[in-house]
Amino acid sequence: MGLLKTFKLGGVHPAENKLSAQAPIEALPIPKKAFVPLGQNLGAPSKPLVKRGDEVKVGQLIATAGGFIGSNIHSPVSGKVFKIDVVLDSSGFRRPAVTINVEGDEWMENIDRSDEIIKEITATPEEIINKVKDAGLVGMGGATFPTQVKLTPPPGMTAEYLIINGVECEPYLTSDHRVMLERGEEMLIGAQILMKALKVTKGYVGIENNKPDAIEHLSKLANDYQGIEIVPLKVKYPQGGEKQLIKAVVNREVPSGKLPIEVGCVVQNVGTALAVYEAVQKNKPLIERVVTVTGKAVSKPSNFLVRIGTPIGELIEAAGGLPDDTGKVIGGGPMMGKSLLSTDAPVVKGTSGILLMKKAEAHRKPEQACIRCSKCTHVCPMGLEPYLLSRVSKLGKYDMAEQERIMDCIECGSCQYTCPAAIPLLDYLRLGKNKTGQLIRSRNKK
Amino acid sequence: MNIILIAVLALGGIGLISAVILYFVASKFKVYEDPKIDEVEEILPSANCGGCGFPGCRAFAEATAKKAKDEKNLEGLFCPVGGNDVMQLVGETLGLEIEAKDPMIAVVRCNGSHANSPEKVKYEGVSSCSFAHALYAGEGGCQFGCLGLGDCVDACEFDAIHMSDERGLPEVNDKCTACGACVEACPRDIIELRKRGPKEKRIFVSCVNKEKGAVAIKNCSVACIGCGKCEKVCEFDAITITSFLSYIDFEKCKLCRKCVEVCPTNSIWEVNFKPRKPKVDKPKKEAAEAKPIDISKGKATVVNKTDDNNNSGDNRK
Repeated sequence: MGLLKTFKLGGVHPAENKLSAQAPIEALPIPKKAFVPLGQNLGAPSKPLVKRGDEVKVGQLIATAGGFIGSNIHSPVSGKVFKIDVVLDSSGFRRPAVTINVEGDEWMENIDRSDEIIKEITATPEEIINKVKDAGLVGMGGATFPTQVKLTPPPGMTAEYLIINGVECEPYLTSDHRVMLERGEEMLIGAQILMKALKVTKGYVGIENNKPDAIEHLSKLANDYQGIEIVPLKVKYPQGGEKQLIKAVVNREVPSGKLPIEVGCVVQNVGTALAVYEAVQKNKPLIERVVTVTGKAVSKPSNFLVRIGTPIGELIEAAGGLPDDTGKVIGGGPMMGKSLLSTDAPVVKGTSGILLMKKAEAHRKPEQACIRCSKCTHVCPMGLEPYLLSRVSKLGKYDMAEQERIMDCIECGSCQYTCPAAIPLLDYLRLGKNKTGQLIRSRNKK
Repeated sequence: MNIILIAVLALGGIGLISAVILYFVASKFKVYEDPKIDEVEEILPSANCGGCGFPGCRAFAEATAKKAKDEKNLEGLFCPVGGNDVMQLVGETLGLEIEAKDPMIAVVRCNGSHANSPEKVKYEGVSSCSFAHALYAGEGGCQFGCLGLGDCVDACEFDAIHMSDERGLPEVNDKCTACGACVEACPRDIIELRKRGPKEKRIFVSCVNKEKGAVAIKNCSVACIGCGKCEKVCEFDAITITSFLSYIDFEKCKLCRKCVEVCPTNSIWEVNFKPRKPKVDKPKKEAAEAKPIDISKGKATVVNKTDDNNNSGDNRK
């Protein structure tokens, strides 16, 4: 295949551990009770439309977007609204949510549930964006940025390329991999729809080379889809980061503090492309997603098609139950995921995987002194100096942190992964980013 | 000899001319500064803590002198570190009568100790409350309670707040000057400045949980459940309940201790009171007191000891 493309600066290669790569997507039974949080996207939380005792159907709108950067929420199940109250989210905070007691599985009439693949795109770009907005689509890679916002470039800017992110560089996770293998055709139609909405003629699908079956499958399919090119990429974390992926695929660099649209690119996740297909061609809102449940101690690492609002505990049960040797349950991958406080927390639009770590691998090593080996600087994909940034964040010198471009940090965790002294660099960076962001916002307000 | 004389005369001449020039320049460009500013600054404690709201003591002195001149009062200006004594002196210097303010102290309104709010998860991240607050609810599960990582301790310039290993919560000692640095540092607004009270006697609700009672009590056995008993029993309208949380207004509170008696979860604290005479209690009450709740025992629990009374059960030291 010759030299594979990748991004230049930094990067690491953690053990891939794609245990569930060969497990086909399985539909999980509908839960008895669904907990649908109202804040599932980046930005403003949604406003509920239903009240206690209301009958809802699958796909019915139950909450509207709370602002420009917001998304609609649809009922993932049919039944009666039990209450609109707070539920425990994965970080232990109580957040407003709609709890629905499930009765049967009755769908809204306008949703096309047939398996037939509709290739012809009849909707106009405006219609597509409206449909995407109505369907409550968000970035399914984990950042949950509302999709319609990405599809409407700010005035004066136009997109040139659409890049579909099939990299899945996080170790363990395989949900995107399975989507590409099993729903490849629909995903590519979704990509075409996105291209039409953005009025671009060229689309790329970036896939890391550790998924040769997906590359082969999609390359075959892509012959039928004009303008779509499959780009195999060298395996390197964090290639799934927007800026890294753009650098790898079209060799353009997003300037510091700017959005990908500045260089004419829009990046969408594979899962999002599939959801776009379903929303536009089948009228189906975002009510379910593919979630990987994996871990070295898990008896049956799986990929489940899950309704939003299903308690995470049910997924773990379906994958063979919680092993005795579990030290930590992580929402997302091992690099960027966050450990869960409770498995009662529901699956949300951004849940890409559940990782169960063994006791031995779950805990941090004791922190030692920095030996100035500069490994963190070498691996930082944004060209930052994590050792310095963590230090200034710790000391509270946020003005210096800002000068040293702390806001460019993508929180990929490569620095912390590589640090031989086991310094929690990312923690300090996140702290510094948080505080610096507050300072910048308060300054902008003035 | 001649050379020396020339040198002396030349240098002396240059010096003299420069002195004259400098004298005229200095008087021409003189910036008038109120001499009172220096006098006030002398009086101030030079802690430069910022507790008054100004960047350092000098800025406070400038502000007081200006306000005294323009408005003939010092309303809203107060040096929490120096307290009334210093403000009195400042007033004298500026020729103003200063109304004495009640001395304040920082109060930690959380009692979610290891015993009262047992750990459900273990936190391994960096030791910073503001980081942990952005990350998760807390080891005990209470999303309002103290995270115990010591941002307040780091913020304190006066060695007045320390973390108790036994309880995992910060405790304020008598060195507190009520500068408010810890109040600012706490990401969960747990610390409040309250009146020190007569003989350091204080009553306050040691909880900031705004959740419904049933939820709050699940995570912490001494949470305020917002039952409203204290509000009813208070004769001075000092207690208000908003979103399932009781708050005692220290301006109105007359320290009658009735609310402390009725609180079913012992979330209302009285500090520096003499222990009560053992009363013949109703059996129900005894049962409540017999519960193995950390802080509630004897109820006369204490923050600090100006009056070294026979305070038993001092577990906040």
